[in-house]
Amino acid sequence: MIATLFKRELASYFSTPLAYVFIVIFLMLSAALTFFLGGWYERSQADLLPFFGFHPWLYLFLVPAIAMKLWAEERKSGTIELLLTLPITVFQAVVGKYLAAWVFIGIALALTFPMWLTVNYLGSPDNGVILAAYLGSWLMAGAFLAVGSCMSAATNNQVIAFILSVVVCFMFILAGFTLVFDVFKDWAPLPLLDAITSLSFLSHYQAISRGVLDFRDVAFFIVMILAWLLATAIVIDIKKAS
Amino acid sequence: MVKVEQLSKQFGQFTAVDQLSFEVAPGEVLGFLGPNGAGKSTTMKMITGFIAPSAGTVNVGGHDVSREPVKAKSLIGYLPEGAPAYADMTPAQFLKFAASVRKMGATSSTRIDQVVDQLMLNDVLHKPIDTLSKGFKRRVGIAQAILHDPKVLILDEPTDGLDPMQKHEVRSLITNLAEDKTVIVSTHILEEVNAVCSRAIIIANGQLVADAEPGELESLSEYHGAVTLKLSGETDPRVELEALPSVFRVEAYPDDNRRVTAIPNADSHLYADIQALAKQKQWDIEEMFAERGRLEDVFRRLVDSHSSQSQNVGGTA
Repeated sequence: MIATLFKRELASYFSTPLAYVFIVIFLMLSAALTFFLGGWYERSQADLLPFFGFHPWLYLFLVPAIAMKLWAEERKSGTIELLLTLPITVFQAVVGKYLAAWVFIGIALALTFPMWLTVNYLGSPDNGVILAAYLGSWLMAGAFLAVGSCMSAATNNQVIAFILSVVVCFMFILAGFTLVFDVFKDWAPLPLLDAITSLSFLSHYQAISRGVLDFRDVAFFIVMILAWLLATAIVIDIKKAS
Repeated sequence: MVKVEQLSKQFGQFTAVDQLSFEVAPGEVLGFLGPNGAGKSTTMKMITGFIAPSAGTVNVGGHDVSREPVKAKSLIGYLPEGAPAYADMTPAQFLKFAASVRKMGATSSTRIDQVVDQLMLNDVLHKPIDTLSKGFKRRVGIAQAILHDPKVLILDEPTDGLDPMQKHEVRSLITNLAEDKTVIVSTHILEEVNAVCSRAIIIANGQLVADAEPGELESLSEYHGAVTLKLSGETDPRVELEALPSVFRVEAYPDDNRRVTAIPNADSHLYADIQALAKQKQWDIEEMFAERGRLEDVFRRLVDSHSSQSQNVGGTA
């Protein structure tokens, strides 16, 4: 059931120019940021840290662009009524559509493999670390996407869905920064402070991308994804009546 | 097969459907009538499990739609209002997708061929749905609804946007399908009720106003048993007709002054009376026919009287 939905959705990305435009822009931006802003070549180090370092910021804008159409478009075109009167549950529909988008982003991410080839040609990097970083990057993209899925379910206007997702994702990135920490540190109790910092996408991602595949970091993203998908299903249930 | 009990739906302060109850059996084609905004589509959305009722229950084939939605939905074929479909897919892909979600397995490709023939979709099978005309889009929607040979078929305005030929095709399709299925068709085209429905329900302001066979509804019309008469030459039969005890009133036929329509009192045999009168007066009759009743008239009167009633209720509250 989920597989059928997944296939339809994934095929729909490639039936419009959207997929190709997204992939080309993602590849160009990630390479440009790595080389020019990250100074990857000048660093003369056989790793991909500058490359992965820009991913949170790249995803901040590119993932909501994919996520915004997930549900807003279904509602606008009325196909949501068709989809949800098929013999499937709302959660199956949410997961099927989500997985297609996540795999699509995974394809875009995998197509950055020339970076990996290049670094292996120029030196001898720790490929285990690179693999972990790829995994972490994909997990983080999944968390961004799940947030975007929920925002897309909350409105039938794609632009609003986009802006809301960017804002919410941005807060999840910021949660790990001293900027946010300083706001809370004087008055918030320690457990709350811990809770806020532990919600940061960035710190969990950085841990993984340094090659430390801690179960807790992976679990954080998986729980995050499931929670936001559950929220998506609830929002759809509430919103479809109106 | 479909049992709706005390069904209500509120959107904030607005009551879209108000304690609606009815039942439809296999083999019946239920016409669902009502003015725009009466709650037809909302009721259909609740029967198909798209939206949850505020109160009341819907039972489809023994399954409560709120409690066992997936089981109930698998028995239903549904054409939503406006026949939405994935615009980027072709009808072939779209039908294959629907067959796959409904787990039709090996039978799906022969069944797809069948419905494609039935709805004459062969020419557009591999064109994106986006580029199809309104009529084709509607037929793709109907094909999707009947694909899995559902026990319950729910069609929200299936002939909207079709040309007269296509309307005729879709109506005969519905009649053919109806033999062993439970069909609910919403429409605001009253001729459709006579053409396809074995029973009709009229709702206004979310409430049931009438539930009857089309023939019974017609007999509620003022024009039930009315006789229209046209005499040759300049003879005007109005005065004589008005003098008949079985005549309630006489009016000119629309668009033709020389035709007059005599509306009977209740339970009178007007046709025979007028025949006798014509013989006695030696009228030269050019045309004379009796009417079964006008559905438009019944519809308008029922809906009008219902809304004025509810306005009165609202005024005193």
